[in-house]
Amino acid sequence: MFLFPDPVGRFFHRMASPPHFYALTDKLMPWLVGIFLILLVGGLYGGLYLAPPDYQQGDSYRIIYIHVPSAWMSLFIYIVMAMAGAVGLIWRIKLAEIVAISSASVGASFTFIALVTGSLWGKPMWGAWWVWDARLTSELILLFLYLGVIGLYNAIDDKRTASKAVAILALVGVVNIPIIHYSVEWWNTLHQGPTVTKMDKPSIHVSMLVPLLTMAVAFKFYYVIAMLQRARLELLQRERTAAWVKKMVTEQQP
Amino acid sequence: MPLTHAFFAVIRRDLILALRRRSEIANPLLFFVLVITLFPLGIGARPQLLQTIAPGIIWVAALLAAMLSLDSLFRSDFDDGSLEQMLLSQHPVSVLILGKIIAHWLVTGLPLLVIAPLLAIFLGMSVHSLGILLLTLLLGTPVLSLIGAIGVALTVGLRRGGMILSLLVLPLYVPVLIFAGNAVAMAGNGLPVGAQINILTAMLFMALALAPWPTAAALKMSMSQ
Repeated sequence: MFLFPDPVGRFFHRMASPPHFYALTDKLMPWLVGIFLILLVGGLYGGLYLAPPDYQQGDSYRIIYIHVPSAWMSLFIYIVMAMAGAVGLIWRIKLAEIVAISSASVGASFTFIALVTGSLWGKPMWGAWWVWDARLTSELILLFLYLGVIGLYNAIDDKRTASKAVAILALVGVVNIPIIHYSVEWWNTLHQGPTVTKMDKPSIHVSMLVPLLTMAVAFKFYYVIAMLQRARLELLQRERTAAWVKKMVTEQQP
Repeated sequence: MPLTHAFFAVIRRDLILALRRRSEIANPLLFFVLVITLFPLGIGARPQLLQTIAPGIIWVAALLAAMLSLDSLFRSDFDDGSLEQMLLSQHPVSVLILGKIIAHWLVTGLPLLVIAPLLAIFLGMSVHSLGILLLTLLLGTPVLSLIGAIGVALTVGLRRGGMILSLLVLPLYVPVLIFAGNAVAMAGNGLPVGAQINILTAMLFMALALAPWPTAAALKMSMSQ
């Protein structure tokens, strides 16, 4: 770990130890849930109540407070999954493998939510539940990529091997996502262009932007919570013969 | 044995093996023809409609045929242990794997090009679009073999890898389908197709350079289980 200063290296070494990770996440969880709930309530209040209706779309635009953060998360989680998979492949860190596979199902759910909310919004706006538009299609393909990762993981019995397979697949997917995205973009586009990421002059009003970003952060926290819970479960299942698990289980029982 | 000798020895060996099991060459080809025959039967013999959807049909059928033929890429070598010997050899695994993929493409991808003119006649394509179709098949099917090899390498150790293989591989095939299908359709309308051909060529070189690495890693993973 000569690339990083010593404390950082020590932190990662400690985090990579399953008992330490389990105990730390146990302590962190109430804080994470608390922050998530505050952000969620704040974001929903701001988005559904405070923000003005859109001058063209009326109130139906408000679905973006769920749709857009989910769509962002779907891509973000795939990248996190691939990075965790790469860390697991290179340094053989068991926890990175667990984080990678625990992210997969959360990411798949966010992708699904983005697709469903987009479809609900598309019916009144475009007049169809589904159009073969570039972004919708690449989101759908992203969902298939997630399902492939989950399916592959479940198909292989030995979970250490399965984690390696998933990491390779996720890395291949990361190389392919931009190619798929741009090929689909070039193929057909109906979806409105990005309105938030134009940094110089966002075409979205501040009163709408603030709740949107709050929701985005809230979704990030939700992802961390859901991923950590899955990771803890997976960790217990994999380490069920380890001494620390036995000790913890016997100590908890009265 | 120097690396180039080993590389060509792998290709030679796989070609000889394939020639001794000719049905494995014929099956994907028959599948390709059959699927395309089904479309006029299902849609109705309307020449105008068939002509418009011909590029898409042919390319989707080629995609499925390529995917079905993938299983034979590593299966027998995995079962009889010769793949293990290949992984143990002194040469870089990715180069030997590339040899296997090339041999596999010569056996399963190239015949699609030979049969394509017949299908183009079935679907009433013009001579010009047939030429573009052949060019896209020449550039596109190797990409399918190269990307597919990653999927097979990941699933070769599984008893029922077939369904999961399609889930892994088909999403990655999308860019090839889009550009190849689009090029043939544009050619049918008399539009220039230089951009699509260039992108397909770029994809081919990128896949040639990158795909053998994850394939080799995945094979080592499959071997260890």
